[in-house]
Amino acid sequence: MAETTDANKKFQKELNSGTAALVLLSILARADEPMYGYRIAKLMEVNDESVPMMKQGALYPVLRSLEGGGLLESHVDPSVSGPPRRYYKITETGLQVLKDWTAIWDRTKVFVDAILRGKDDD
Amino acid sequence: MIEDVHEYLEKLKMELKDCDPALIQDALSDAETHLQTALEEELAGSPGASRPEILSHIIEKYGAPQEVAAAYLTIEPHISPSFKAPSRRDKRSFLGKFFGVLTESRAWGAFFYMLLAFFTGIIFGGWAILGGIVSAGSLLFIIGLPLFGLFLLSIRGIALLEGRIVEALLGVRMPRRALFLQKGFSWSDRYIALVKDKYSWRALLYTILLFPLGFIYSIFFSLLFFLSLVFITSPVLELVLRVPLDLFGDNVFTPVWFLPVVFLAGLVLFPATFYLAKFLGKIHGGFAKSMLVRK
Repeated sequence: MAETTDANKKFQKELNSGTAALVLLSILARADEPMYGYRIAKLMEVNDESVPMMKQGALYPVLRSLEGGGLLESHVDPSVSGPPRRYYKITETGLQVLKDWTAIWDRTKVFVDAILRGKDDD
Repeated sequence: MIEDVHEYLEKLKMELKDCDPALIQDALSDAETHLQTALEEELAGSPGASRPEILSHIIEKYGAPQEVAAAYLTIEPHISPSFKAPSRRDKRSFLGKFFGVLTESRAWGAFFYMLLAFFTGIIFGGWAILGGIVSAGSLLFIIGLPLFGLFLLSIRGIALLEGRIVEALLGVRMPRRALFLQKGFSWSDRYIALVKDKYSWRALLYTILLFPLGFIYSIFFSLLFFLSLVFITSPVLELVLRVPLDLFGDNVFTPVWFLPVVFLAGLVLFPATFYLAKFLGKIHGGFAKSMLVRK
């Protein structure tokens, strides 16, 4: 049983590594204003009340990698109550990439669903 | 159970102990900012709740130190420093290789770093020296204490900025996030932590050294660059424009038979300047890393 859980975890992790960037781009594309890491994590929590898909700590290296690739830009603002916060905003390139990735995601979803349904029919 | 943010950061540091120090600093900074912000917001939302309990809930969502460390290690290889060394096998001829340095972004990056060091040396180093003298002098009065603290904070800001320049131009991985002082401590504790932190003093020493180094780097490399250009253009300068190079005394033209030698010397000196810039850039990058990254 423990093995199954580990395998599930591993599978989830592998899925996350591809989808985290897409999810973050999509959240920031819909945001009206730049958002900081904790806010983004909270927003993901609202959309995923049952079992969290990924740990919040894993968001930051993804955010940084997206920024490194020019898909996001960021600035630091001081905050009244805590440490200064880094606010992220999607760039024009980011929006274009999000469009392409969404199309890829849609195709993948259709393909995987078709295979899974096919398996059920047998 | 992890009792406070500091303990979490210590554990995360342990998990990342064999990694690049710059990655460790970034991971710690991300974790600290997130946990502190979450803690402040959750405590404000439910007054009277126990701090360790709320923190444990926050950590559960953020991820245990080993989970977070694993996330950084998985994603970090995809974030490359600005200039990556070409890894393909070099099949060019000797001359191709020798002049090939002129097509290397890292060589140009290092060369520009050396020229830029003139300005960063004057601005950063000048601030460190003048600001240091003024704020240290003001320590004789009570007002000097906060002034000196602000000065040290400004030096840490400069250290981060210089780290960004070093990474962009010299291709050495440097911290991308600042480390903030622990929240939840009194002002005096934070002041003492700032002054006792060796990192503050290393950053100050580096910034002061940048002043003379900036002068030496920029003057030396401008001179080499200028000389090599003059040597290369020497036949045109002397034979067409009739400007003596003064190699053999004041207002003396170089003998015509010697001009090809001067021209060739320039042709060798030009790429050699970039080799030297790359070499020195590597040394300086290592030096900056040893001084500007939290151990």
